[in-house]
Amino acid sequence: MTGDAAVRVRSVEKTFNLGKVGEVAAIRSVDLDVAPGEFVSLIGPSGCGKSTLLRLIADLIEPSSGTIEVFGKPAAQARLDQDYGMAFQRSGLFDWRKIAANIELPLELMGWTKEKRRQRSAEMLRLVKLDEFADHYPQQLSGGMQQRVAIARALSFKPQLLLMDEPFGALDEMTREHMQSELISIKTELDTTVVFVTHSIAEAAFMSDRVVVLSPRPGEIHEIIDVDLGTRVPDTREDPEFFKKATEIRESLRSVKAAE
Amino acid sequence: MNRLRHVAPPVIVGVVFFALWEGLVKALEIREFLLPPPSSIWTALIEQWGGVEGGTLGTVALRVAGRNTAGIAISGLVIGVLAGAWLALIITRFRRFGESLTPFAIAINATPIIALAPIFNAWFGITDVRSNQAVVIAVVFFPVFINTAKGLSQAHPNQIELMRSYGASEFTILRRVQIPTALPFFVTSLKIAAPFSVIAAIVAEYFGGPQSRLGPVITQNASFARYDVAWAAIVVASGIGLGLFALALAAEYLLMPWRRRS
Ligand SMILES: Nc1ncnc2c1ncn2[C@@H]1O[C@H](COP(=O)(O)OP(=O)(O)OP(=O)(O)O)[C@@H](O)[C@H]1O
Ligand SMILES: [Mg+2]
Repeated sequence: MTGDAAVRVRSVEKTFNLGKVGEVAAIRSVDLDVAPGEFVSLIGPSGCGKSTLLRLIADLIEPSSGTIEVFGKPAAQARLDQDYGMAFQRSGLFDWRKIAANIELPLELMGWTKEKRRQRSAEMLRLVKLDEFADHYPQQLSGGMQQRVAIARALSFKPQLLLMDEPFGALDEMTREHMQSELISIKTELDTTVVFVTHSIAEAAFMSDRVVVLSPRPGEIHEIIDVDLGTRVPDTREDPEFFKKATEIRESLRSVKAAE
Repeated sequence: MNRLRHVAPPVIVGVVFFALWEGLVKALEIREFLLPPPSSIWTALIEQWGGVEGGTLGTVALRVAGRNTAGIAISGLVIGVLAGAWLALIITRFRRFGESLTPFAIAINATPIIALAPIFNAWFGITDVRSNQAVVIAVVFFPVFINTAKGLSQAHPNQIELMRSYGASEFTILRRVQIPTALPFFVTSLKIAAPFSVIAAIVAEYFGGPQSRLGPVITQNASFARYDVAWAAIVVASGIGLGLFALALAAEYLLMPWRRRS
């Protein structure tokens, strides 16, 4: 069963049981392989099961049928081994912890010494350009800064896999583009595999090696679009090839909605 | 300067309030049993503070009565708060058990607990401190229990999922996420419970028990038409209530550094 995929999803279905109200089929027969170092985006209409698929990979919920492996192990094992880092649309920072302590939380749970934790959080804060804010509380930072802290936290233990659910969704356009470039350079530096949920076509085109377009609920893979734009630089966003890819994704999304 | 701006308004309001009280009582010749002027309450407070311990009715030292009542209020408050917080943790940790308990908690909470004072007297004996303590504990317990239990369930789902993604155990999630989330709720309940504990202690004392407590001092002096002394005892009681409330504020400051205004 093992192979070299970072994430391997096989015939996965997820049906939520809502008790008396009935059942909701969120995901239907999904097969997906993500190669190590690859950046894969999930895009699709609202409610099609993108977050569900991500949470299945993270073993936060269990599939109704099918199997999921992360680095060749069952997803549950990968979770316990802390093989991945996670970030959500809402930063999910802990109000009662200072910025540095927020970033150090996963390290604390892994039993790192205080000294090593301090060192790493300082390094991460430099990475997201927030070194001066180590001793602030989250409420004292802007939304965009909080989001950067959440990303630093997800990266703090340098996981081989990052699972991100619309991490830039709440940011303004300029901050968002800046964060996109930042994430790409961090990812390249650490050679991280990324599975990334987004609503933004431009974001998917700019960031991804492959874009997975999902159909409306129950989500199925409608199409997988390869994106090869070489090394991403800010100017990539003005590259005709970038526009071609964005158009291709948009048309795929349209056809999926029309089919509904 | 900033400090002055915070302190000055309530001080001014207080001075004006007492001056008006004094002035109106004297100008309108309001009789003592309706409302004594602050000056006679103050005099009674000074005179009766030392009092004669164990004397006849109405000559119990306010200092002693205050100390005894404060003892009941504080011990009841501490036990009630600990019990409420502890049970809230238990029902959060063992949800099944909690769900079976909730209807009882709601039913008991709807009971006016003060009404139980005579029953507690029968259980523990009318002269036993535990009769009065039990009333305080019961009154303090519910706001703490209900608020804390609510706070423990308010953790953001993303934060809990994040902890799961780190492979954290239920216990770790409780300690690292749910308890800190519940702290503001807990502290709010402390601020409610602190003054309640004094009210409960005094009302419980009205139902009988040793004379050297504020409750009997108030009723006895009122029945002997010594209203200035009764009022002085009320001042002592409100002092205890204020003191406990100040402690609750201090707890808020110490427990939640991230909520401090800078
Ligand atoms: N815990 C749950 N219990 C019941 N139903 C759920 C649960 N989580 C998700 N669903 C349902 O599954 C479907 C897919 O939800 P999901 O959150 O995965 O969508 P999404 O693609 O992430 O949507 P969006 O783009 O709006 O975030 C929805 O119909 C939703 O109602
Ligand atoms: Mg979603």
